Amino acid sequence: MSKLIKEDIDKFFIGQFEAFENSLNGESKKPLHAKRKQAIENFKSDGFPHAKNEEYKYSNIAKTFGKLFNVENLSDDNFSLSLDEATRYFIPELDAIRLVFVNGVLDNKLSDIDTLPKGVHIQVIKTAADDYAEDFEKHFNTHEIEGADNFSELNTAFTKGGVFVKIDANAVVETPIACYYFNDAKNSDVISQPRNLVIAEKNSQASLIESYVTLGENTSFTNAVTEIVVKDDCVFNYYKYQNESNQAIQVGATMVHQLGKSVFNGVTLSLNGAMLRNNLNIAIHKEHSETNMYGLYLLDGKTHVDNHTVVDHKVPNCESNEMYKGILDGQSRGVFNGKIFVRQDAQKTNAFQSNRNVVLSDDAEVDTKPQLEIWADDVQCSHGATVGQLDLDQLFYLRARGIDKQTAKSMLLNAFASDVLSNIKIEAFRTLIENKINERL
Amino acid sequence: MLSIKDLHASIEGKEILKGINLEVKPGEVHAIMGPNGSGKSTLASVLAGREDFTVDSGEITFKGNDLLELEADERAKEGVFLAFQYPIEIPGVTTTNFMKTALNKIREHKGLEPLDAVSFLSRMKEKMKLVEIDQTLLSRSLNEGFSGGEKKRNEIFQMAMLEPTLSILDETDSGLDIDALRIVANGVNKLKNEDNATIVVTHYQRLLDYIVPDFVHVLFDGKIVKTGGKELAHKLEEKGYDWIKEEAGVA
Ligand SMILES: Nc1ncnc2c1ncn2[C@@H]1O[C@H](COP(=O)(O)OP(=O)(O)OP(=O)(O)O)[C@@H](O)[C@H]1O
Ligand SMILES: [Mg+2]
Repeated sequence: MSKLIKEDIDKFFIGQFEAFENSLNGESKKPLHAKRKQAIENFKSDGFPHAKNEEYKYSNIAKTFGKLFNVENLSDDNFSLSLDEATRYFIPELDAIRLVFVNGVLDNKLSDIDTLPKGVHIQVIKTAADDYAEDFEKHFNTHEIEGADNFSELNTAFTKGGVFVKIDANAVVETPIACYYFNDAKNSDVISQPRNLVIAEKNSQASLIESYVTLGENTSFTNAVTEIVVKDDCVFNYYKYQNESNQAIQVGATMVHQLGKSVFNGVTLSLNGAMLRNNLNIAIHKEHSETNMYGLYLLDGKTHVDNHTVVDHKVPNCESNEMYKGILDGQSRGVFNGKIFVRQDAQKTNAFQSNRNVVLSDDAEVDTKPQLEIWADDVQCSHGATVGQLDLDQLFYLRARGIDKQTAKSMLLNAFASDVLSNIKIEAFRTLIENKINERL
Repeated sequence: MLSIKDLHASIEGKEILKGINLEVKPGEVHAIMGPNGSGKSTLASVLAGREDFTVDSGEITFKGNDLLELEADERAKEGVFLAFQYPIEIPGVTTTNFMKTALNKIREHKGLEPLDAVSFLSRMKEKMKLVEIDQTLLSRSLNEGFSGGEKKRNEIFQMAMLEPTLSILDETDSGLDIDALRIVANGVNKLKNEDNATIVVTHYQRLLDYIVPDFVHVLFDGKIVKTGGKELAHKLEEKGYDWIKEEAGVA
């Protein structure tokens, strides 16, 4: 098989869409399908990003896809994941509302959603589009947002097996909602395109975890979109965790619409994969909102992780804080691009951003770029990026007290990561991440 | 305990130590004085095992073993302690956690079990009292945002915790007011016994009123050019270093 180039890949997905469309019976007149069709048209205009696309400059998804993916060995229903096997990848000791997806489609048998806490509604997105027609009309793929791109369009076109989550007004949901996305690539290459819509109604509080795993040696391509609508007086915590296989390619967009005066906290943790691209796009629509974005990428081997974040301050008196940290070993590659928009009306905005990296090997590489676009004049914005090595003075200080090099290194890197990890408010989850880090360092 | 013979050391090709000889026996206190840039901290760093410095020739034996064969942490485990002239700030690591790790690594080396939480805490409390350092300081990130005096006290606290056989105090007195100086010196004196030894690097004889040295050495341009008793420190304070330079024939 010859390697596919961008144009082939575009054609391939357009062909996939036709097949997908034919498999949908009796949906052609529904509003959801109109959105799918519109989205594939939008995708067709340009397809996958070109090699010169500024936003994908360091992460050529088409090239990686062409290199790793075999479209002739593709199947997305050739899987056999058992609960026992899946359980090994669940966060230990975590009491959660568990949603398990296999190849992008919710699996009821592996999920644990028969009895949901009061105020929580979960349904597969295809039927929810009918049952919650009003919510869909208002919120499904309707809010324009900076950072959305053709991958989001492609995902919208294939909307089928993701979930709709609704948190009722005033509900304080203490049990986190944990989404485990399994790509079962034991027998063939797989594509999965989960699409979720989460609506947090007024004065509610909830946490959502998204964890991605590929099983088997074949290649997986995940193109995920989760839209989160946050209304007045909500506190919403979002966690994304990627400990993928070496053959996993992933583009994932999290689109957060802070429609109401609210607090959104996001933590993105990336440990492994072939090429992982995270788009965290946040639009702040209402005054006195707060947005916190934290990220840690701890990479080795040939893992490539690209975090693109956008926070769009549309209104005055809001605050955003961003802190992403990277530890890179081996031949890994880290990319950070943080955009902050402060619109003309958004006076008295406070926006802070930092990206710090420790590079442990000669072959690892980091590209970091802050992008501030500020049209308002009465604002406080700061940003900073550093790329450095482990501090030798610190290392010597620890060793001079009897701590061996390995332990000293691990202490320093844990300390470096700690102000990201301290923002993981779910203890069982934080423990898992700390353990994973300790295994690595 | 410690024997340094004709030690030459350099950094980035520049020779800093140009033939140091020094014998330290258990129970002794040695003071090393000398003008800025004469190589005092370099000597201390070389003893502690800092890798930036290259030892070009000479020998260092410690308790009968070749010290130069050991890495920094192995030296600490054998009982070498350096109180840094400029203690390093380490955000995200608390002094408490740092000391627990260090102490248990040293105990492991000696074939001892790790200290349980209760014993560790009581040891902390005891040593905290010794240097009059506050608990809240120790639960903060190591040296981060500490005043100069707090950093120095933290060094002596660490020394008290680890109970080394050879302590090298590199200008622990600089930046301390007289009360803090007394506390620190008192701490050092209480830790002194006939089995351990102390090397005090200082510019001022004031510290030596409290930590009384058996020997005073003058380091000048990478060499020990004069050795005497504690009265030498007084003379240096009075007369400066010029007469030494003349005596040594280097002026
Ligand atoms: N990392 C380094 N790189 C280059 N030169 C160095 C380095 N560290 C020390 N030196 C040089 O070595 C010489 C001795 O320095 P050292 O710090 O040992 O002096 P000192 O006697 O401790 O001085 P002070 O009284 O100021 O503490 C100086 O000339 C200094 O500039
Ligand atoms: Mg010095």
